[in-house]
Amino acid sequence: MFGKILIANRGEIALRIQRACRELGIKTVVAHSEADRDAKYVRLADESVCIGPAPSNQSYLNIPAIISAAEVTDAEAIHPGYGFLSENADFAERVESSGFVFIGPRPETIRLMGDKVFAKAAMKAAGVPCVPGSEGALSEDPKEILATARSIGYPVIIKAAGGGGGRGMRVVNTEAALINAVTMTRTEALNFFGNPNVYMEKYLENPRHIEIQVLADSHRNAIYLGERDCSMQRRHQKIIEEAPAPGILSRHITRIGERCADACRRINYRGAGTFEFLYENREFYFIEMNTRIQVEHPVTEMISGIDIVQEQIRVAAGEKLRFRQRDVNCRGHAIECRINAEDPYTFVPFPGRITLYHPPGGPGIRVDSHVYQGYTVPPHYDSMVGKVIAYGDSREQAILRMRIALSEMSIDGIKTNIALHQELLHDANFVKGGTSIHYLEKKLAARGEVKKNN
Amino acid sequence: MDLRKLKKLIDLVEEAGIAELEVTEGEEKVRIVKHTAAAAPQTYLVPQGAAGAVPQGAREKSTVFDDDDLDDEPDEPQGEVVKSPMVGTFYRAASPTSDPFVDVGSTVKVGDPLCIVEAMKLLNEIESDFSGTIKEILVENGQPVEYGEPLFIIG
Repeated sequence: MFGKILIANRGEIALRIQRACRELGIKTVVAHSEADRDAKYVRLADESVCIGPAPSNQSYLNIPAIISAAEVTDAEAIHPGYGFLSENADFAERVESSGFVFIGPRPETIRLMGDKVFAKAAMKAAGVPCVPGSEGALSEDPKEILATARSIGYPVIIKAAGGGGGRGMRVVNTEAALINAVTMTRTEALNFFGNPNVYMEKYLENPRHIEIQVLADSHRNAIYLGERDCSMQRRHQKIIEEAPAPGILSRHITRIGERCADACRRINYRGAGTFEFLYENREFYFIEMNTRIQVEHPVTEMISGIDIVQEQIRVAAGEKLRFRQRDVNCRGHAIECRINAEDPYTFVPFPGRITLYHPPGGPGIRVDSHVYQGYTVPPHYDSMVGKVIAYGDSREQAILRMRIALSEMSIDGIKTNIALHQELLHDANFVKGGTSIHYLEKKLAARGEVKKNN
Repeated sequence: MDLRKLKKLIDLVEEAGIAELEVTEGEEKVRIVKHTAAAAPQTYLVPQGAAGAVPQGAREKSTVFDDDDLDDEPDEPQGEVVKSPMVGTFYRAASPTSDPFVDVGSTVKVGDPLCIVEAMKLLNEIESDFSGTIKEILVENGQPVEYGEPLFIIG
């Protein structure tokens, strides 16, 4: 087991990783920017290294600075968290060639899954069902592009091969708009991801976002830890996640879960990962794989009892998985609300100094947050200030507990989206369960219409 | 116990509002005592039922992380501070057998090399942003430095 791990991330996930390390008796070094000097986890770390000024590209995306920080502190492994460099194959490679363990999959795997065209092909070969679409990257020839769209059937969506996470996509409803859409998406793809390749998929009208959590070691053992439903999204950003997914038969989850575990074995996957699917009419369609720990991992931890971050660390240290598939027993229901520093109605970010902070508590409530009273939320990074997770024996109980928890929660000095969460937790369709990925945006648009008409 | 750790402990005492901190690590022990501004403990009489001003010292201190505390800065020598532009290991000279680039008292111009910061097996020469005389060298040879760490004072 490692003696010292460098945490190359910030915010709540840095604290989460630190907690997992401390429990395992591993010393922590936190690499942080100047803006995060006063972070709670920096103060709690055994060592900390300032790696650059506030802007991410000079700090949390600064590969030499992070590796130097590991060098000067004699860290043995680097945990990249999520976002930033966590899915950067070059970073993983340089970490390894500098003599450190990268807590995550092998660089080749990250590279494979990072190219969404290759990832789809790999998944198809492994027997994982995919969204019908262009076989590989779209050609440059307009005739071929039109023909591909016709065979798939409108509406279609154009996606950047180097994109992911909701970025670099465009929906096309009619043939007339197709060629322009492809050209624009290509240009954006080149600018944002350095890769102009795009591919086309059938656009599903009302799918749910269902994902499967997997865990694999370097001895070809792989298991799945159940599913999550992350359909409550706005602009491809998840707002509420839950596990298990309401209304999906467990034997269907077993079937898709086993395909995912099998795919892991085939591609020699190592560590924690998530297979993301669109689910419509009882069918699963693979869209992409995330080769890192995810924001919403706590809901899976609550229902499975497995500490996913610790398992990441164990696997990276060369240990065999301690669980077999039959040892994984999920029970109860967990819901997570992402608390963002933003206006709950306009979504405009609202960083600043937290003058009053009172988190909720009580049975079944877990709060994953790095903020404290007096902490200043910096404007340079994403607006998430914490996550509240509610666990219950049933979905109804989890919802009740979350409503109560959010009513107890106070954060003054900044704006938060707690009011939006309360609204959603009382929304009849959410309470029924199974809303699609378009539900929230339609609800917000309708609310906007009502406001306009009043 | 290295200087950086000591500095951290001193900062902790400062911010947490505690009077005394003693830390033992293996064979090493350090004790830090904070002297408060008030010489004697405050005593005050509050008559029963008196509606008066809140006695001094009863003002609420919100949390350990209250950053409204006054910082007791040590006396800084006059001059400009050269800070490390990167993370790495600080060296006074280009090689273990060479003379240091500068010493206290050396005269430097803008662009003169002051030291090496080594990172990922590469040696980076750090050049002076200022002209003047080296007043103070703030880190030791071979010490790890972080981004923004003060290295030299030039006056």
